[in-house]
Amino acid sequence: MLLVSTFIIYKSIVCVAAFAVALGVAAYSTWIERKFSAVLQDRKGPNRAGPFGLLQPLADGVKMFMKEEIIPNVSNKFLFILGPSLAMLTACMTGAIIPWGKDFVAADGTAYALQVTDINIGFLYLFGVVSIGVYGIMIGGWASNNKYSLLGAIRASSQMISYEIAMGLSIIALIMTTGSLSFREILNQQDAGLCNFCYQPLGFLIFFICALAETNRAPFDLPECETELVGGYHTEYSSMKLGFYLFAEYINMFVSSAVLAGVYFGGYNFPFAKEFYETCGIAEGSALMSLIGFLVYFMKVIGFILLFMWIRWTLPRFRYDQLMDLGWKKLIPLSILNIVVTGIVMGWKDIVALFN
Amino acid sequence: MLLNIPLTQYLFYFLSFVALLCGLMVVFSKNPVHSVLYLVLTFFAIAGHYILLNAQFLAIVHIVVYAGAIMVLFLFVIMLLNLNHDSEPHKNMLLKGAAVLAGGLLLMVLTGSLKGAETLAMHQPLNTQVGLIKNLGTVLFKDFLFPFEISSILLLGAMVGAVMIGKKEIK
Repeated sequence: MLLVSTFIIYKSIVCVAAFAVALGVAAYSTWIERKFSAVLQDRKGPNRAGPFGLLQPLADGVKMFMKEEIIPNVSNKFLFILGPSLAMLTACMTGAIIPWGKDFVAADGTAYALQVTDINIGFLYLFGVVSIGVYGIMIGGWASNNKYSLLGAIRASSQMISYEIAMGLSIIALIMTTGSLSFREILNQQDAGLCNFCYQPLGFLIFFICALAETNRAPFDLPECETELVGGYHTEYSSMKLGFYLFAEYINMFVSSAVLAGVYFGGYNFPFAKEFYETCGIAEGSALMSLIGFLVYFMKVIGFILLFMWIRWTLPRFRYDQLMDLGWKKLIPLSILNIVVTGIVMGWKDIVALFN
Repeated sequence: MLLNIPLTQYLFYFLSFVALLCGLMVVFSKNPVHSVLYLVLTFFAIAGHYILLNAQFLAIVHIVVYAGAIMVLFLFVIMLLNLNHDSEPHKNMLLKGAAVLAGGLLLMVLTGSLKGAETLAMHQPLNTQVGLIKNLGTVLFKDFLFPFEISSILLLGAMVGAVMIGKKEIK
């Protein structure tokens, strides 16, 4: 049992580290996004601030803070500020349940998990936070007192609510096969043998599409459809409050990439991990093992972020009725079918026994 | 145990205070959107109470269903209808009096039914693990399977009904 003071210090370090990683990756995602789109469009991309434009996120941040802050005087000031704050808060909260590596065992035998908290309702917590995330957009759009903002907010939230259902249903099939809601347990189950993607390819596809829709990324970026809505729910926002909305999107993208990479692709596990650790002479629970696991997980996450960006710069935007059609009439029946098929495969022996 | 008992008691009082204050603000605030947001805060405070009772599943489902789904729909309707102070219909005194009477009666019944609760808790040994999702699932799918399935069919029926009402014309 850990001492209370040690426990608090250790958890604080993990919290700050998880937070800093999320913010750092989100900041550099903006740089990757711009470079990536430049490559796809045969341009150079940002290359003025620092080598390869690496200081560009910093320059953008400074610019955001320096800009004049405008609060429309007919809007509700408190709610106007609350909107982006909630968007940022919920984006950061989801990172709390992701285990970043194998447990690190100290010299005195206490195990330190590289995770803020392992709650046994991990997935439900994720859905709870995601469903609260709608409020940030709705409150912001309403408090702006602007018709375009309100329309953008309503579009965004109806999209998020619609895709949450398919997302939940696709996860149910996964939970049936793993038998656990805890992230750490699902990741640890994949340390030998196949990753969950091999058992749930359809579930992964549905979850991935829903993750795109939940983070308001292209081709589901209708809430910010400039041609129809001027600028979407953040039309009235300026300065860092706009920055918070944009930044929250990148943090959401990072977290959903982490969930996808962890739950479906094994997270910190990789093929022949045991053999690799044995040949290199890395002991179970050593710091090096945790570090290698973390790096492997991180590379998978970066891969997913690049996939998100690739999709954004390749596919055109959906029309609104196509979006709703895809969500309600295609993804939900497909995910229900996925649950039924998973159930039949899992209980095949019992079904056969029933007819004999 | 990392948390000693006084801290949870402080949390209990804090959450109760938040729940009661926000509950009152739901009734007293003039703007319907503010009322909805205060109601969401009340739900959060109640979810906190569930966590204090070690009922994690109930707490998170409470947030997902009430704060995440139902209140978002409420907010939707209120924002779209743009209900503001002027267009709110004036309620007459008789209706207000009836509402106060009904609320007071409900309070009386609740107080009456909870009066003997302290002695009741003494008779049953307290199982702190009962609210965890594993135990809850076992109870629902073993001991109470039939009522559980019946209620799910009821919900399915309600959903089909909602779709039928929502359709513009029935062919």
